[in-house]
Amino acid sequence: MILSIFGGYAIIKVNKNQRGVDVDFISYLIKGVSLGSVYAIIALGYTMVYGIAKMLNFAHGDVIMVGGFITFTAMSTWGLNPVLSVLLSVAFCTVLGVAIEKIAYKPLRKAAPLAVLITAIGVSYFLQNLALLVFKADSKSFTSVINIPTVSMFGGNLMITGETIVTILSCIVIMIALTIFIKKTKTGRAMIAVSEDQGAAQLMGVNVHRTISITFAIGSGLAAIAAVLLFSAYPSLSYTSGAMPGIKAFVAAVFGGIGSIPGALIGGIVLGIIEILSKAYISSQLSDAIVFGVLILVLIVKPTGILGKKIHEKV
Amino acid sequence: MKKFLSVGIVLTLVMSIVAGCGKSSASNTEFFIGGIGPVTGGAAIYGQAVKNGAQLAIDEINAGSGMNGFKVSYDFQDDENDAEKALNAYNNLKDKGMQILMGTVTSTPCVAVADKTINDKIFQITPSGSSVDCIKNGQAYQVCFTDPNQGAASAKYIADNKIATKVAVIYDSSDVYSSGIYTSFAAKAKDLGVQIVAAEAFTADNKTDFSVQLQKAKSAGADLVFLPIYYTEASLILSQANSMSYAPKFFGCDGLDGILGVQNFNTKLAENVLLLTPFAADATDAKTEEFVTKYKSTFGDTPNQFAADAYDAIYIIKAAVEKAGVKPSDKTADICAAMKSAMTQIQVDGLTGSAMTWLPTGEVNKDPKAVIIKDGAYKAY
Repeated sequence: MILSIFGGYAIIKVNKNQRGVDVDFISYLIKGVSLGSVYAIIALGYTMVYGIAKMLNFAHGDVIMVGGFITFTAMSTWGLNPVLSVLLSVAFCTVLGVAIEKIAYKPLRKAAPLAVLITAIGVSYFLQNLALLVFKADSKSFTSVINIPTVSMFGGNLMITGETIVTILSCIVIMIALTIFIKKTKTGRAMIAVSEDQGAAQLMGVNVHRTISITFAIGSGLAAIAAVLLFSAYPSLSYTSGAMPGIKAFVAAVFGGIGSIPGALIGGIVLGIIEILSKAYISSQLSDAIVFGVLILVLIVKPTGILGKKIHEKV
Repeated sequence: MKKFLSVGIVLTLVMSIVAGCGKSSASNTEFFIGGIGPVTGGAAIYGQAVKNGAQLAIDEINAGSGMNGFKVSYDFQDDENDAEKALNAYNNLKDKGMQILMGTVTSTPCVAVADKTINDKIFQITPSGSSVDCIKNGQAYQVCFTDPNQGAASAKYIADNKIATKVAVIYDSSDVYSSGIYTSFAAKAKDLGVQIVAAEAFTADNKTDFSVQLQKAKSAGADLVFLPIYYTEASLILSQANSMSYAPKFFGCDGLDGILGVQNFNTKLAENVLLLTPFAADATDAKTEEFVTKYKSTFGDTPNQFAADAYDAIYIIKAAVEKAGVKPSDKTADICAAMKSAMTQIQVDGLTGSAMTWLPTGEVNKDPKAVIIKDGAYKAY
């Protein structure tokens, strides 16, 4: 719906300009899709964990920050090659995600949801302050790991950076791979089973604890990839760098319907496009207000998000 | 133990009597200038520079003909960039008979001390307290520009040197420093015929993606982007502009000072960035060269903007003292009143600006200076 409004706007702009295409608009749209792709990858972490463990992992944004710092350290301090640095960062974040789950969340599996939520916030602060202690408060400049030249079109009016291309492609690849993994593999099907009904899945012989661990591992590994894409495009890295993208991605997950993987994709992309277009055509300082305003509207009309499952209340 | 205590008390008493004697004997034959600033703590680098810069000027004056023929004694006290400690230092200096205050170095202590000097009628000039609040009670004079005035000064600099005609601004609307500079820049730019083709804001919560702001600047045909922001965001803007092959001139204020120190920052991106700062140590004018050589040989360090501000502050005091014709034997309140009226009449050529004059409000009026980043270092423009 929102896309079609912006689409309509594009057509009006095109007709008005008589230049064939409005290059600025296309450029903003591509930036929006690129930013949205990062949100989508981060949102996957929120949405999978919520779908399977029924908890909001608010420390997810800070795992991104940790991923950024690991890549930064490997690449800029130790001088490792970019691919190796990214792999190292993915490995580290995967282990970190599993460790967080084991130490902080697993003992609370039977506790009230509020206790788990508060613990997640605690983990978030812990990671931030640990990073502050290790890497200090001043922000670091992240060297882009993507070394693809900028594509120039329309006589230099439209520039598509290598980061943008890689981000969008990565998002597509991750979405397809994840969908296949969940549909076709035994572990993936176990995840669906646990998300449908934990108790029943356990009775059918699914190892719930292991499934939840794997979910955290995948989500955190993806966070490391998101970190590399995010900080390659916006190369300022500090101990709070993960917080805002984390919140935006959480919004994207809710927007698309929390618990739904295609929902995370749609939510992320729509959010990215709204953010960039409202910055471009409405107000650069009100873009966040507009993003959150649209979220409220969507939740009023469809409380479970765009692709969210209907929750049947038992009477 | 008790004996120790009583000996200590006696010693303190004796000391205070001696100190009291010192006060009366000094005040008739030489001026007593006090200085306050952070010599230790997080802002120590500023206070140390001010202390040294002022010392250099005072040594020169004492070696020469003095201030209005009188020698100067100088005492610089630490405030650790803390308002309360600054007041302690101030009271301490006042007890010692301070007649003129050169300080404080940082804005927050300066505001607190200015509230005292107005009641005690002690002349005060701050080398580097740039907040508007430092001069709000009409007591202190500034050597540096006030924060928002940097905006007007930048517009003037851009217009006077014909650096650009179409300007885009990217500023932080959630920050007083940044939005203050932007407002005064916009007002001045309009008067001087510098066209602002795009004014794009960001906020503290949305300060990583600047691609839209840059795209709008580019589409609007801006040949200069004005960045009245801090260096962290500026480093992001420079790298994003580079990746979209947008290469306008970039111009910033003192918030950009430090951009070359960002860890792992590719300083090539900052090549040719201009920033408004009153002093560049490698400027080639005779006055700066002489100051830098002397400073280096005396303190073994390259002077920064703060050292130059303090050096100027002492010469401004000298000019005001001589214009007012005051003597060390005059009452401190009389010295203050005479110097305050002299301040609006004098004109001083200093390291941080030529033909500096002052408004009765305490604000300085001087030609802005800028530095340019070349080969990863600040060079005089």
